[in-house]
Amino acid sequence: MFNGASIELKDVPILQKSDFRVRVIGACNEEGARLANFFGTEQDDKSVRLFALLAFDEESSLEMISTIINREDFSFDSLTNELLQAHYFEREIAEQFSLDIKNHPWLKPLRSHTKGTYSFYHIDGEDVHEVGVGPVHAGIIEPGHFRFICHGEEILHLEIRLGYQHRGIEPMMTGLDLHRNVLLSESIAGDTSIGHSLAFCEVCEALSGSVIPSRAQAIRAIALELERLSNHVGDLGALSMDAGFLPVSAYCGRMRGDYLNLLLALTGNRFGKGLCRPGGVLFDIDAEMAEDFYRKLKKYKKDFENVSDLLFTKPSVLARFEGIGVISSDQAKKMGLVGPVGRASQIERDVRIDFASGMWQFNHVPISLGATGDVFARAWVRKQEAMRSLEFLLKILPCLPKGEIFIKPGPMKSGQLAISMVEGWRGEIIHVGITDDHGGFKRYKIKDPSFNNWFGLAQAMRNQEISDFPLCNKSFNLSYAGHDL
Amino acid sequence: MRIIVFSIILHWLIVLGCSPLFVGIINRVKAVISGRRGPSIFQPYFDLFRLMQKQQIYSRTTTWVFRATPAIVLASMLCVALIVPFGKIAAPIRFSGDIILVAYILALARFFMIISALDTGYSMEGMGASREAFFSCLAELVLFMNFITLAILVKKVSLSQMIGSDVPLLWSTVGAVLIMVVVSFFVVLLTENCRIPIDDPETHLELTMIHEVMILDNSGVDLAYILYASAIKLFIFAAILVPIIIPFKTGILWSDMCVFFAGMTGLALLIGLVESGMARLKLNRVRNFLLIAFALAFFGFIVTLWRI
Repeated sequence: MFNGASIELKDVPILQKSDFRVRVIGACNEEGARLANFFGTEQDDKSVRLFALLAFDEESSLEMISTIINREDFSFDSLTNELLQAHYFEREIAEQFSLDIKNHPWLKPLRSHTKGTYSFYHIDGEDVHEVGVGPVHAGIIEPGHFRFICHGEEILHLEIRLGYQHRGIEPMMTGLDLHRNVLLSESIAGDTSIGHSLAFCEVCEALSGSVIPSRAQAIRAIALELERLSNHVGDLGALSMDAGFLPVSAYCGRMRGDYLNLLLALTGNRFGKGLCRPGGVLFDIDAEMAEDFYRKLKKYKKDFENVSDLLFTKPSVLARFEGIGVISSDQAKKMGLVGPVGRASQIERDVRIDFASGMWQFNHVPISLGATGDVFARAWVRKQEAMRSLEFLLKILPCLPKGEIFIKPGPMKSGQLAISMVEGWRGEIIHVGITDDHGGFKRYKIKDPSFNNWFGLAQAMRNQEISDFPLCNKSFNLSYAGHDL
Repeated sequence: MRIIVFSIILHWLIVLGCSPLFVGIINRVKAVISGRRGPSIFQPYFDLFRLMQKQQIYSRTTTWVFRATPAIVLASMLCVALIVPFGKIAAPIRFSGDIILVAYILALARFFMIISALDTGYSMEGMGASREAFFSCLAELVLFMNFITLAILVKKVSLSQMIGSDVPLLWSTVGAVLIMVVVSFFVVLLTENCRIPIDDPETHLELTMIHEVMILDNSGVDLAYILYASAIKLFIFAAILVPIIIPFKTGILWSDMCVFFAGMTGLALLIGLVESGMARLKLNRVRNFLLIAFALAFFGFIVTLWRI
């Protein structure tokens, strides 16, 4: 299978429970695959079919396998002990279907807040103290509860409790028509509207078998890179704000606005809502606008070079960034981290390269890697990616493909399964759509990159100073809404 | 008697009137360097005025300690202000050994801040309190070292004389010592007033705060008192430092006053520049930073002993 593929649901191999387990663990631990997605869907006879999407990054191939859990023996032996990447996925499955996941080492509710079901890890001892932060935070960030177990200023353990933003987007996606679905997909995570709506559109296009015009693909790519730029630049500003370095934070705040204003000029919305629709895009870039964008981006690139030089050459800033919240390459691989966070720990993984679709098939953006896995590496990867996005934009803006920007997609085929992967600014977004007999969605599975990376944040904070948490948290900058769905 | 009352009132008017302006100048400098227009330099006055009109809210876990602290802190700062001369305006209260009183009234205020933070029962305020206690212990060492050096140099133990008319003469003889005193005292000033690189007065992140986290539960008039007290404290520290830095006196009241206030403005600019020019220190490096200041102060002390 490939990114943007649609196959008959009945062609997805169904394995025995034990074979399924062996295959997933074998592929991941020996053949260099990773568990990109793992989810269940309830079938008509009340049994649950589990799907695992194995991604072979090096070969750019995907493999989908499944197994059926009958109601008579409604249990599944946990993969987590052998395969840490499965940790969150299994907790999600256990919560969604009340499936008995056996021997899971950390089987706690993921999003549900039913009273009395959650117990925090606890360490006894006179010198140990607990600090609880949230769910209501200072500043304008989303809700989440962080429970630190500290010894003095040192964090021994951090437990992150989310789910406060759970809106039930996945079930909502199945009941609506396409026009409303796409609006919903734009609201999965407000700062990734283009990433998620793009993934949704690609699922629909795969299911209806339509090929969208290359001009529309180019405009989608431009919008996605503008979204990446605005967020990466904003993140660098937020990082320097947390390090107490005010000038760069103010400059970056302004520069983030520049990129958002380009999106505003293109789509009429600062976050690019209303651009991507199944079948293409709704707004075109005319010659004048392309020239204007090109000129502005040239200038923004110079601005960004200056400001990032100021940030990355300041010894007092580097002293704050270096060696904080280190995640080794090995840890990152085990946890299956994606996006800039993974790349900062030397995980060479980028959907734009590994599973290129649309415009990226013809324009390669080099992967930006960090070496050290600390806050510095995560900041540096963001800087590199922003530079490369700018280069990419400057390359394709003068030579946009000609033609239509929208074709009306046909009806979606019935009994199909389609996958789309998009490298959003946080990392790999995966949408999987399964259609019913009438061509409507029977199951829609969304995986935001934050879902992979939240556990990484908790691990990165071990044995760090509690006062460094905000900085480390900013360097991950994960989405609460994207996780909670 | 009437003269003393008059001079006390004058002192209070200066300190109450000018201290928010000092903060306002720092904030404005930071804003301008960041490329923003920034709030008016009179914004701290408006903030205080707004807070004065607001109602306080007390948590059920707090006791009288929490309620009394803002008043105690503000009163302490007003008392300390009376011992510090402002340029040519002599301190209303001065006697041999008054520096000890200055140091311990400041300590009293800090003590109440710390137990008031503990009184709220909030784990993060407790953390802030422990950081404040630790760092101010180190800062106090530097402060006393500097006071001792100055006292030996002018052979007096009264603050009014230690930073008084004898200091300009010292620059020509023991300038090196004074430089060390000035630098290490500047570090104390930054630490005691929770400025960057030790603390960040503008952060909203409870986990990294030192001083700010301790006043999270205060509201309304209480908060205004504490903010006012912080502004006064910064003003007092600056008023101690400025006469040491400015190595000349004209002898005319008005021109000396102008020099003093120009010096204060210059110091506010300098603090703003330092805050814009560097990031905050990692929390466990703060102690090294303070120990470096102590080393400087101690070295100054040794040189003083050797010269005399």
